[in-house]
Parts: sequence; structure tokens; C-alpha cells
Amino acid sequence: MTDAELLPPRFARWFAARAWRPRPHQLALIDHGRAGRSALLIAPTGAGKTLAGFLPSLISLAARPPWRPGTRRRGVHTLYISPLKALAVDIERNLEKPVAEMGLDVSIETRTGDTSASRRQRQRLLPPDILLTTPEQLALLIAAPGAETFFEDLDTVVFDELHALVTSKRGDLLALGLARLRALAPNLRTVGLSATVADPDGLRGWLVAQARGEAPRRAELVEVAGGARPDISILATDERIPWAGHAARYAFADILAAIGRHKLTLIFVNTRSQAELIFSGLWQLNDDNLPIALHHGSLDVGQRRKVETAMAEGRLRAVVATSTLDLGIDWGDVDLVVHVGAPKGASRLAQRVGRANHRLDEPSRALLVPANRFEVLECQAALDANYVGAQDSPPIAAGRLDVLAQHVLGRAVAGPFRADDFYAEVTSAYPYRALARPTFDRVVDLVATGGYALRAYERYAKIRLTADGSYRLSHPRFAQSYRLNVGTILDTPMLKVRLGGKVRGSGPVMGGRLLGEIEEYFCEQMAPGDTFQFGGEILRFEGLRELEAIVSRSADRDARVPVYSGGRFPLSTFLAASVRRLLSQRADWARLPAPVRAWLELQADLSAIPAADQLLVETFPHEGSFHLVLYPFEGRLAHQTLGMLLTRRLERAGCRPFGFLASDYALGIRCAADVGAAIGRGAPSLATLLEPDMLGDDLEAWLAESYILKRSFKACAQISGLVEKNHIEAQKSGRQVTVSTDLIYDVLRQHEPDHILLEAAWADAAETLLDLKRLSDMLSRIGGHIVHKRLERVSPLAVPIVLEAIGSVPIAGEADEDVLRAATDDVLRAAMR
Amino acid sequence: MTAMAREGERVLTRDGLINLAGVGVRFDASGVLHWPDEGLMVVSDLHFEKGSSFGVRGRFVPPYDTRATLAALGEAMARLQPARVVALGDSFHDKTAEARLTPADLATLAGLVASVDWIWVAGNHDPVPPAGVGGRQLEELAVGPLLLRHEPRRGRAVGEVAGHLHPAAKVGRGRAVRRRAFISDGTRVILPAFGAYTGGLNVLDAAYAGLFEKSRLIAWMLSDGRVYPVRGAELVRD
Repeated sequence: MTDAELLPPRFARWFAARAWRPRPHQLALIDHGRAGRSALLIAPTGAGKTLAGFLPSLISLAARPPWRPGTRRRGVHTLYISPLKALAVDIERNLEKPVAEMGLDVSIETRTGDTSASRRQRQRLLPPDILLTTPEQLALLIAAPGAETFFEDLDTVVFDELHALVTSKRGDLLALGLARLRALAPNLRTVGLSATVADPDGLRGWLVAQARGEAPRRAELVEVAGGARPDISILATDERIPWAGHAARYAFADILAAIGRHKLTLIFVNTRSQAELIFSGLWQLNDDNLPIALHHGSLDVGQRRKVETAMAEGRLRAVVATSTLDLGIDWGDVDLVVHVGAPKGASRLAQRVGRANHRLDEPSRALLVPANRFEVLECQAALDANYVGAQDSPPIAAGRLDVLAQHVLGRAVAGPFRADDFYAEVTSAYPYRALARPTFDRVVDLVATGGYALRAYERYAKIRLTADGSYRLSHPRFAQSYRLNVGTILDTPMLKVRLGGKVRGSGPVMGGRLLGEIEEYFCEQMAPGDTFQFGGEILRFEGLRELEAIVSRSADRDARVPVYSGGRFPLSTFLAASVRRLLSQRADWARLPAPVRAWLELQADLSAIPAADQLLVETFPHEGSFHLVLYPFEGRLAHQTLGMLLTRRLERAGCRPFGFLASDYALGIRCAADVGAAIGRGAPSLATLLEPDMLGDDLEAWLAESYILKRSFKACAQISGLVEKNHIEAQKSGRQVTVSTDLIYDVLRQHEPDHILLEAAWADAAETLLDLKRLSDMLSRIGGHIVHKRLERVSPLAVPIVLEAIGSVPIAGEADEDVLRAATDDVLRAAMR
Repeated sequence: MTAMAREGERVLTRDGLINLAGVGVRFDASGVLHWPDEGLMVVSDLHFEKGSSFGVRGRFVPPYDTRATLAALGEAMARLQPARVVALGDSFHDKTAEARLTPADLATLAGLVASVDWIWVAGNHDPVPPAGVGGRQLEELAVGPLLLRHEPRRGRAVGEVAGHLHPAAKVGRGRAVRRRAFISDGTRVILPAFGAYTGGLNVLDAAYAGLFEKSRLIAWMLSDGRVYPVRGAELVRD
């Protein structure tokens, strides 16, 4: 079929009126759409991805005869799922324009958590042709009464930013939701829109139904070659780049100057605390009063919308942002992206750089601002990676069982089901394609009665096998509680931050304005009177009142509780390898700034520079203790795990370790005994210390008493519905109605250690909190390639880690004890018996 | 002798026990109060079958809390060898808890009860003391200068040993730690809840107002098999 035939006249005229030509990938998607084939579109930002995704639907809708009164109402034709509410709203705006201009009779509506109940009700009765929504809303829709008729005409599901969705638990829930949609509308096709990824085949498989035991099936692939090569550089500065730290204060003046030279600058940072610091730092220097705003996920929605609108209207010169602005939202004419801190991943950097000049034919301009010397290395490595178009997005993991449990309840809420049919449906979802039947049955049992060996809850089962062989919900109140608790984003409970005050003797009083949200754990570690930075100002924490943190404005210049790190990514495996390579190839140092080059040359003289396949280990005395520093470059999580395990082994070897610090690049352990001499004597040898078998018993023993499993267990318990985040009954505070998941964890581990949720928690922790795979890969890689340098004093490379050790975060269990000991009355403690 | 040590002597008896209204007791790291001279052990707020009370509403928390609580209780009794054990009320989580006990747990409990002079003090969760597991039932119990009851009396009550409030204490700034605790000013004590699923109420909550002499308040925090005495001034609110 020719291009002209693919594009109906009305559409062709619309393109022509704008002097546009449909791009090849848009035509390819139309072609796949006509043939009913699912497809994955991989394109860089600015390629017209969204329009490409919707064109087949618009063409098909335009060709549909108008609805005649008296005939059956038609269900939704196209469903669009986006990871962000804001994105759905944004797309509605962008889509309405061509629809209006072509005079198409197509209704478009959004449905998000903000949509009013009456509007949702109306949508159920009168479904729009195109519905724009989020994964959580989809879960609710498929479990709602009337889902069969609502979705029976469903033709297409468009997944936007698919690469960002599929790797999380949210992606698992969405995959299961898609399997359900396919059962309701068997001829359904899918369209995935994605940025460039390392493994397109995974995404292609995710989009279509799989058959157990057969080779994976895949959607068609439409790929758009990268546009103009981005123009990325590392900030050239006359200032001294610090050894350690993340504030990048040295660069504030240079950043401000860059803002002055551009129309609109986006400043990306990795954590919210960084965003706060840089925002206030820039304003302290901002003598010209350039309009600079702050945007991060913790700020109140109203506040964020104001910033977004001001951006779109061109009233701002710069916005400091975290990952909330990562995804495809396109508000203004950004002509410079500044990235403060190391990008941590080449794919992430590419995404963020794509924010500048949202047109394919112009190069994006970006400026990298490393906050310390190691970050200079990382930035240079990332820069090399971006030029060769390398990708390091993580692969799609096996579907998580806690998410499946939530979906099982949702399935029962939608109506009775037979286990055999449902098992076939679930395993048609890509992440669950290898799910074994016994595991599936255990998850169903978990939902029904908790899945315990002690059958204590048979009488109270939530779902029950009935005489006709189907499972049914045993009480409608479970449907209600399912709706209250749907979704997988429970991991960090948030508290609203509200301005208020304190009345003598009565605790905090509320009544003021809402400022935003912060994580509950952050509040838990604060005492009333503590101050912290939020939304560009210093706030004083007054206390908790129901589910709100009450604060007042403080006149303090500095916050007492500085750590507020919302979302921190570890260094990607790919980038880590690039850093190791850069380090080992002396010829490449020429590209590094002079002070960093000098630093590395000094390191080569005084200690050693490891080859790409080597692990450098240094030992030296420093300020009264003996240091052991390793440079695996495997990311903070893997280093943290290694630190926990290594300190146990050093303890046994009599080296008396008393603290360690893990960064993305290195691991430093402080010991009271001369660890260098001990290793020199071969007691213990480094080879024994770093034997891969540490991931066996040592890991088991350490995890048993660590907080890490408790944390992932809490998430699994909430997502699976074993405990609820939201209750139907009115509640005073979460603490009083629920049993703490920590207590549950202790009891369960003691009495039923092989319970399915403990398995799920372990798998989660290994993947997301411990980075075990990376650690074990590293341990097997370095066998026989360990270089030990016994030094008289701290080496140049070790300085950052030794410096940062001042603020080191000790091991959780021991840290708790330290806090208790500090508060304890020692005389009493010594005298009591 | 330093001022600290003199103060320590008032809090502790000469042989290192805690001076409670003139008698020497121990706040055991397991959460029970032990009075060695009387062979008395006091435990509060066992909340047997709290877990299964959630199950009734479809919240299937692990049904092993009774088993875990009994194991901890048995361990404390084996170690301290009391002649008499007083359960200070709220021993059973609700009125139907006894019926939900598994036969095995019921047998374990009956065994513990039969091994000593066991007294059930009435609580507010279980105002009618449980039948069928043995033991005596009392509203409250006086032993020497100590008066054992479930709910602490308003105002000052010298010698009172109570439970009910599930005290927990929190310390630390920047990084805080929250633990179950005995709370005492040397004249009276409130025991931490012993049950495996029982949470805690911060001792700085309004519910404790007026019960203690503030300047002498000490929270004996329990963590990882150890007891940490913390002065009132060090404690922080939630």
C-alpha cells in the first residue's frame, strides 16, 4: 500500500495545511494498525511519537459511522496509559488540537486519581472514544462492575513511556491488567511508545500475549534513528572541583551565568535535597532576579502546576527539577539542560538531555556539572556513552508475587473465575510467562486465607472455591477495601506538610496552608523543633497531627536535619564499566579537566591505577585508625552489601572493623587493628576475604538481623493486601489500627520461614536493595585480579571516601544501638544487674 | 562520690536492682518485671490472639503471635524461676480470643499456668477472666508495698505496678530509635506490653500526663535483649 493510500484525505489535507509530511514511522504504525498488528515504536524525544501512536486510532475512529440514537452505546475504542497523571492531561491537550482542526467526531477524556466521582460515573455510562489514564486507574476499571461492556469494543491500547513502566512493580500490575483486557477484547492490539532501550525485544514481548512453554512472541518493531547528535559538554570552570560532596556549590556562579545566556534552562538533579540546595544557592547569587523556579515531587500539586504553566508561557528562565520532569512532558522552549551531579546511567542522561530543543532536527544542548572528582570521571564516561548511543536500561524482571496477589483479588472483585482459565490468562502476561502452577496456586491461597501452614483463617476466607468450581469473593466489603488499596506505589507512605503552629501544652495545631508531601520515615526521624529545608525555605517541624506533618516557618539559616534524599539511583553497570575503562586508559585522561588529571597522575605515582579487569585494594593508617579501601565501581547498593559482609569477615579475622562508607565508586572500611599488616601476612588473604562464598551463609546470617528484609517485607505485605494501607473504618492513625509489619515479620520468620511473602521479600531485597547479582558478578570477575597496595598514608583516590566518612551512615542495627547508648544513663546501666 | 553516682544509688538498690517504692525489682529485657525476693514475675498486656482478631476482617496477619508470645513467656519463666506469675490484664485480645486459641497453644498456656501460682488480673479487653486455663482471678493484688492492677490510677499512686498503656520511648535527633519501655519514677511503674503484636504509645503522650514525677522519670528501653535506662530529658515525641 502506498503512503497516499495509508493516509485518508482528511488527514492528508491536515498534514499539507501545516506543510508537514507524515514521517515514515507514522505511516508504518498506520499500516500495522490497519492490519491489526501490535507494534513497538522506539524513537528519541521530538520524533512525534505521541501523534504516531494515536494516528491509527484516529483514522479508524474517523471511518466509523456516527452513533445513532436507539442503538447500543459503544465502549471505549482506544485506551492510553501513561505513568504520570500530568502526562495524561498534557496528551489530552495535544490531541484535542488535531482532532478539532480535522473536525473529527472523536471524544477524548482523562481519568486519573483527580477525576471527580460524578465524572467517573458518567464515563462508565457514556464511555469516551479515547480514554487517557494511568495504570492504577486501569486496575480499578477492570475490577469495576460493567467492565465487560465498557471494554468490549476496545481496539487499541497505547502505552506511553513504556520503558519507564515495565521495570517496576507497577509494570507488573499493568501487564496483568493488559492480560485481563485481552480476555475482555480478544482482538485488541497494542502500541508501545518508548525511548531507546538496551533490550527492545523485552518490550516487544511485553506488548503481546505469550503462550507458556513456547518461544516468546513479539510485537512489530518500528525504530526511528536518533536525531541530531546532542551537544553535551562538562562545565568548564576555573573553580577547584571538590574531592567529595554532592552540592556542587563551586559551580553555582557558572550555572547562573549559563542561565543568563539561554532562554529557558532546565536544571536536573538526582535528589530532592540537592534540588533544594541548588535552588536556594542560585537565588543567593541571583542579583538580576532571573525568574528561577523549583519543581519536585514533594511540592504541592498546585505549586507544581503553577511552575508548569509559567514554563509553558515562557515566564521562567530556569527550573530546578528532579525526576518528576524526566518523562515526556513538554512545556516550554527549553534550550539548555544542566545536569548537576553524575547522571548515574547513560539512558537516563539521554532522556534528560532530550528535554532541550524538543525538535528532532536540532541538537540538544546540555551541560554536565559534576559535584566532585569521581563524578567528573562518571560524567566523562557518560558523555562518551551518549555519543555512541549506548543504553543501559535494566531488563524486565520476572513478575513479582505480591503484585500478582493484588491482581488475584482484583480478578475476584471483577467476578467469579476458574483457576485454570485465570492461570492461562496470567501466564499470557510477559513478566509472568514462566510462572509455575504451584506458585500460582500458593498466591491464590495467600489471597484467600493468608497462605499459612496453620489453617487458621479458613472461616474468614476472602475468596472461596464454590460448588461450580469457580472462585468467588466472599463479601462485598473486600471489593471496597481492594479499591482503597489498589496500586503498587505504597512503598513510601507520604505525609502532607502543612503550615501550622504550636499552642503551649497542646501539641501542634493545624489550619495553615498545604506545602506538599514528604516521606513518613523522614518525619519519623525528626523530633519537634528540628528544622529542615523544603520548597526553598527552612521549616521547623512541630509534630504529627493525624496524617499531616505540622510545620512552621523558621528564621534559621541552616537546616538541622540536612538529609532529605528522595530517590537516589545507583551507578548503572554499564556506566561503571565505562568509568573503569576510562580510568585504565591513560590516553583518555587528556579529555579530563586538568585538576582531575593531576589527581589521577598522583595516584599512579603514589599507589596504582587499576586495569579495567582489576580490583585495587589499598590499606593505610589515617588519623588513628587503619583503613581498607576497595574500588569496585559497582554502585552504592552493591558496595553497601559488600561492606556489611566484609566487616563480618574482618571481625572474625580479628581486624576489629568499626565502620564503613560505601559510595558509588569505592568502599572504605575503618578498622582498629592494622588490617594492612594482617593482609600482608596473608591472615586473612584478600582472596579469602573476597571469596564469592560470602554470598551464602554470611549473607543469610546478616540479613536475618538486618532491617533490609523488614523494609521489603513491608512493601510486599501492603501490595499483596496482607495488611492494608487504607481501611474502610474511620481511623485515628495508621499505627493504632494496624499491627506493625516489623512485628509480623519477626513472628512469621520464626514460625513459617518458607512463607511465600518472605520469599517475595527476599527476591525484592536481592534485586533492589542489595544488588546481589552485581555483587556476585563482581566477585567472580575479580578472582585472581586483586591488587593490594600497602601504603604509608591515604592515597589520592582514597581521599574522597576518607573525607566523606565523617558523615558516614553506619549499619542500621548498630546505628540504632549507638543512638540508644548515646541517650543511656551510663552510670545506671553499669550499676544495674 | 559524684552526684551522678549518688543519684544512681537512689534509683538502684545496693545490690543493683531497681528501687521501686522501697523494694528491689528487676526490669527484665524480655519485658517482664521480676521481684526476686518474692519470687514474683509480672507480665502485662499479653494480647493473645490479637493476630486472629484481624483475620476475622480478612486481614490475614500470621496466626503465630500467641505461639510467639507463649514461647517468650516460657523462656522468661524458665530463666527467672518465679513461684508466682501475675498477668496484669488484657491477656486475651478480645472476648472471643480464648475460643480462637489452637489446642496446642491452649495446652502450652495451661502448662505454664499450672507450673506456678498464676494470677489473672482483669483488664479492659478481657474484663471477664478466661475460664478453662486455670489460675486465680483478681481485680487487683497487693504484695508488700506494691499494688498490681491493670490500668494506672490518675494522679500519684505510690507502689503501683500497672500496664494498659503499652509504653514506648523514642530517643535521638536526626536519627531516632523507638522501643518498648518500662516507664518509672521510682514510685510506680508501667510495664511494656508483652504480646508479640502489641505496639507502643510514646511515654510523652498526653495519656501519661500527671502520672509521674517528671524530674525522676526514666524510660527503661528494651532493645535486642538489652535494657537501656534513659532519663526523661533525653526522650522525644513522635
